[in-house]
Amino acid sequence: MQETFELVVNGQRHVSASPRDTPLLHVLRHELDLKGSRFGCGLGLCGVCFVLMDGHPTPACDTPLWSAAGRKIVTIEGLGDSDSLHPAQQAFQREQAAQCGYCVSGILISAAALLADNPHPDEADVVAALDRHLCRCGAQRRMIRALTRRADAA
Amino acid sequence: MTARQVSVALDGTITVRVGKVELGQGIVTALAQIAADELDADLAHVTMLPANTADGPDEGMTAGSMSVAESGAALRSACAEVRMLFLAEAARRLGEEPGRVVVRDGVFSSADGARRTSYGELADGVDLDRRAEGVALPKDAARLRIVGTDVPRLDLPDKIRGVPRFIHDLVLDGQLYGRVVRPPSPAASLIEVGTARIRECAGVVSVVVDGSFLGVVADDEAAADRAAAMLRDAAHWKEQDSLPNENDLPAFLRSVPSETFTVVDEFDDAATAAPVAKTLAASYSRPYLAHASMGPSCGVARWDGDSVQIWSHSQGIFPLKRAVAKALQLDPDRVSVQHVEGAGAYGHNGADDAAFDAVLLARSVTGRPVHVRWSRSDELTWSPFGSAMVVDLEAGLDAAGRVVSWSCDVWSQGHLARPGTADGAPGLLAAAHLARPIPLPVAVDPPASRGAGSTRGAVPQYDFPRRRITGHRSLRAPLRTSSLRGLGSFATVFAIESFMDELAAAAGRDPLEYRMSQLSDPRAREALETAARLGGWEDRTQDPEGVGRGIGFARYKGTGAYCAVVAEIEAVNEVRVRRLSLAVDVGRIVNPDGVRNQIEGGAVQAASWTLIERVRFDRRRVTSVDWESYPILRFSQVPEVDVTLVSRPDEPSVGAGEAAQGPTAAALGNALAAALGVRVRDMPMTTERIVSVLES
Repeated sequence: MQETFELVVNGQRHVSASPRDTPLLHVLRHELDLKGSRFGCGLGLCGVCFVLMDGHPTPACDTPLWSAAGRKIVTIEGLGDSDSLHPAQQAFQREQAAQCGYCVSGILISAAALLADNPHPDEADVVAALDRHLCRCGAQRRMIRALTRRADAA
Repeated sequence: MTARQVSVALDGTITVRVGKVELGQGIVTALAQIAADELDADLAHVTMLPANTADGPDEGMTAGSMSVAESGAALRSACAEVRMLFLAEAARRLGEEPGRVVVRDGVFSSADGARRTSYGELADGVDLDRRAEGVALPKDAARLRIVGTDVPRLDLPDKIRGVPRFIHDLVLDGQLYGRVVRPPSPAASLIEVGTARIRECAGVVSVVVDGSFLGVVADDEAAADRAAAMLRDAAHWKEQDSLPNENDLPAFLRSVPSETFTVVDEFDDAATAAPVAKTLAASYSRPYLAHASMGPSCGVARWDGDSVQIWSHSQGIFPLKRAVAKALQLDPDRVSVQHVEGAGAYGHNGADDAAFDAVLLARSVTGRPVHVRWSRSDELTWSPFGSAMVVDLEAGLDAAGRVVSWSCDVWSQGHLARPGTADGAPGLLAAAHLARPIPLPVAVDPPASRGAGSTRGAVPQYDFPRRRITGHRSLRAPLRTSSLRGLGSFATVFAIESFMDELAAAAGRDPLEYRMSQLSDPRAREALETAARLGGWEDRTQDPEGVGRGIGFARYKGTGAYCAVVAEIEAVNEVRVRRLSLAVDVGRIVNPDGVRNQIEGGAVQAASWTLIERVRFDRRRVTSVDWESYPILRFSQVPEVDVTLVSRPDEPSVGAGEAAQGPTAAALGNALAAALGVRVRDMPMTTERIVSVLES
């Protein structure tokens, strides 16, 4: 019998029959057509593929399907609800905190995890939470501002 | 023809086609602002179409910070003409004199406001399929309403939501996925590869072997990745040493055969000769730098037997179309290219190459689109690099320390090898690996009229008499180089502005005062004064030990944006950049927040280049293959960045994208010298490098 893996993605149950070592990122992008998690390096070193796995920011590019089985996965598409953006997304939009935007969905995942733990982060908190992420366009200051100003306003 | 640029639908939608492409720099938003303003239309009614070669204008490359200046000016004229035509039709329908019709937010009103019509209602009465007459004059600066405002980026909401928008996300009917297995080193060639086993693997549709070009096509990306890994294991390569000594790039650049050219030579002009009291000389260098885009290069192609359709994030879709046609000996009319956004591009990266990879693989599966995405390691090792450079400076000072003679020699590989530019060669990576290869060209330089390449930025903006500036462009290309943000100016400005501090020190003068005493351009002076104020220049004398501030300035290309930077550095256990304060003058500002974003990002990227980046290689292979072997600045290392824009509504708009690179490097070097009392003339200024300078 073919091995299958069950995961919950953005609240929806998904059963995958892909080989057990298939990267989670591939399952998300190709089986579920969730293109917001992106490929950057394949080694978990850049952060553009991050998703929440049971609430923890995790690189989807080097997470094999078998280890995602039974977990709750949240991607950028699942951060907000149908009516409104997640507060981190709203803050990024308000601050125009991106240039090319390729890294931004992964960064928003870590930002969401940060705000869940700490709704009022200071600069050091934000930097620590986002330090696994790279941004080549140099939009980091805008992202830090977005999340700390949000805290100021709250 | 006007209709190639602007069309108006009956529902009032105004569609604008431009030849410049979105690279993450916000250009499409800026151009939409220009169009809406010139039309007196509502920005929400303007739709910007992605560029394509079938029915869009050929505006060459999106490069050199020229988009707002070039494309913006053309669009402004085209839209002024469209507005004039609609205004004439509105006047006819409203029974009003054209001069008395008022246009606002896309609504045309009679002078008394009683009768109104709109772009949508008038659309069926105006034929835009006509040759532009160029008689309508664009607006005066005083009448601009949308230009000059912080319009949010049109593309960001999708990117923040994770809505598919990048070429990486493209899925076409019947699409297959390709991977290329590159040679292990620049001079390697294939000995043999067995493909039978791979062809039988699940999901594999085709395996392509053509000379040293190896690729696979599969049903999905995971299968393509697995097949590519097998193909890599199965391939045997002949490798050879072909790379210079990475620890002595200046020696390599000075000794390699090169083309020497004169930029400026006033040394024979006896009238300017003044007595020289003291002569100083110094050399500065930069290493090879990688684009290191967050998204690996990507391309999609469908081979239809007698024609090919390409989807690409190229910076120049028309040059790419011509290059593909040339490489495959096709009629260019049989090749069309559609632009799709990619991750941030900072110059000539692998976009064109990935598109050509897709074409080569698509030939094996006629009628089905093939989507090719590079690996991280291919992105870092096979995209062209920004060239290593060395800049030799010598200055003669008079008794007061003023510069009375200035000599500059720039040694570099070329900075231009985009498709079709260097000797007309296609310049496509895979073409060089085919059984009938078309070698990659040795990079040339853009002409002086386009801002030069190796010697970009080499002409100081100061009032020096007697200057001699010479370029030496390498005729060998052991590593592939082409355009990277700022081209040669990253090194030339770093050199000039570091040397100015050294000259000021030799003359016993303050670096800012020393510059100002030899700088008459009022816009340059204002940029420097503004940055100095912003960066607390006057407080520098009170900086504690281990903290220093430095200043750097340039006018990009001598004709573009003015940018001055004050850097504040803390160098105790390690070098930490506290703050970069920048003052920028880009003439008339189309989108202030867009300019700020470009300058902030440019300054951060330049800090990364200056402090830590360096493409590593041994004599055979490039060894910077991932983010550990090619680190870039992280969140915890990124400094505060303050940007002040100097507004000049009556000066022409110039680009902002590359202005910060050179001045930031220089300000950092000067701040480091102020903090530690050592002059680091070779980038990157790593702790290891600083220690070796301290010890020598």
